[in-house]
Amino acid sequence: MNKPDFVPSSLYPAKTKRTLTLSFIAVLGFYLISSITTESFIINFFLKIGNITELVGRFFPPDWSYITVIYPKLFETIHMAVIATTVAVIISIPFSLLAANNITTNKWLYNVMRFILNIIRTIPDIVLAVVFVALFGIGAFSGIIALIVFAIGILVKLMSEIIEAIDMSPSEAIKASGGNTIQTIWYAVVPQILPQFISFSLYVFEINIRASVVLGLVGAGGIGQLINQRINFLDYQAVSTTVLVIFAVVVVIDWISGKLREGLV
Amino acid sequence: MSNRIPPKPKSPAKVVKRIIIAIAVIALYVWTITSVNIDWGKIFSQRTIDNFDRIIPKFFDPAFGETGEILIKMVETIFIAYTGSLAAAIIAIPLAFLCATNMVRNKFLNTIGMWILGAVRAFPEIILAIIFVAAVGPNPFAGVLAIAIGSTGMLGKLYSEVIEGIDMHIIEAMEASGANKLQILFYGIMPQVLPEFLSYAIYRFEIDVRASSVLGIVGAGGIGTLIHFAYSNRNWDEVGMILLVIIVTVTIIDQISSFIRRRLV
Repeated sequence: MNKPDFVPSSLYPAKTKRTLTLSFIAVLGFYLISSITTESFIINFFLKIGNITELVGRFFPPDWSYITVIYPKLFETIHMAVIATTVAVIISIPFSLLAANNITTNKWLYNVMRFILNIIRTIPDIVLAVVFVALFGIGAFSGIIALIVFAIGILVKLMSEIIEAIDMSPSEAIKASGGNTIQTIWYAVVPQILPQFISFSLYVFEINIRASVVLGLVGAGGIGQLINQRINFLDYQAVSTTVLVIFAVVVVIDWISGKLREGLV
Repeated sequence: MSNRIPPKPKSPAKVVKRIIIAIAVIALYVWTITSVNIDWGKIFSQRTIDNFDRIIPKFFDPAFGETGEILIKMVETIFIAYTGSLAAAIIAIPLAFLCATNMVRNKFLNTIGMWILGAVRAFPEIILAIIFVAAVGPNPFAGVLAIAIGSTGMLGKLYSEVIEGIDMHIIEAMEASGANKLQILFYGIMPQVLPEFLSYAIYRFEIDVRASSVLGIVGAGGIGTLIHFAYSNRNWDEVGMILLVIIVTVTIIDQISSFIRRRLV
């Protein structure tokens, strides 16, 4: 082998450099436009740091006597998440089968399902809560319905992708030996997806806990209601207790569900 | 037919674990069902039916007259999301290096980094927004800060996973040929991680557009402000129009972002 007679002057070709420079300028330019229109410069954060530290100071020390008020609402939050996740899981089973293109061979039905799901997933959870509070009145029930709709959107999307990725040979074998649709799904599809299915259900439970925390802001039950109320009363020490309790609960539930999911998949 | 499949070996520890999990789940459900308080009488009442009659038709008759004002706020929402996620994409890089076990060979620092990111992720954006609204006033800047802090947690975790997955041979080769730390960073690490960093940052921008569209409900700017006014005044046709704009915008941004991400990786 003779020595290469061409030594590249730079690690990257000129074209890549040009593209990168242009994208960089575009990113930065858009950033400047956004900063100016929203009047938010990161530098302001440092200018107002005195303001922020002063406020953070008012959050301390947490008012631990408020914790007796928090407990019932916290339990309500957890109950809402449990009920909503359970119902959402049950409802999403048939829908995820309908939204998987290897089970639902009807192209039309499949596309309609996909379209509906995409729309559901773009609606923010808190807007769903606003609508259901208006329909069913203030309380946990509206929050549960909002969480169910929200969770179905996520769960069906994740599940239908898993179903589309399964090994189709067992289901062909069962069909070839005369199994009907239900038998095919039960003996060929379910065993392949069950671990992921449980794992995703736990994941959705985690998301629901977080979501149900904020639903209270619009009157849909749960701990968010307390935050809203205390902020309006400028009772920052109670707010910080609530936030700390939420933080602890979210961390503990994430940890438990993470451990369970590790054991599953 | 005697050629049965032999039964799966079962370890007693596993059986005990399963029983414990089963009991815990049943206990959770019993606790939930016995203590959740839902006033069924109020939900299945004439008032709910009236609400349905009053509200649902309005959603299918959105207030197209407000389109101009809503679009302006939607653009502001996108700007908030953009400014916030760009800031997060940059703040997350040093934290990610701190967490990556192949970069910082110090278990203690890794754990601290993980704790910071985990702590940030435990707070829902809207709670951060409430705190920042109290700190810097009800303006888009509060939204930007909430998005920036909220996104850092997820981006930092994803980034650190990317860094841990890089090919260390290149870095060893560079070290062996005498490159200094900065050269290794620019020629050894950056080319490997940048495409995925960008891809995750764009993905997070997608999520942030959804998140920032509700921040206005607590006063942090963007289209949420309009949602808040519309539902407080029971203008359901306006809520319908806002939802329509959100759905269309989010869908378009999702399409663009998934197109760019496919090109990147």
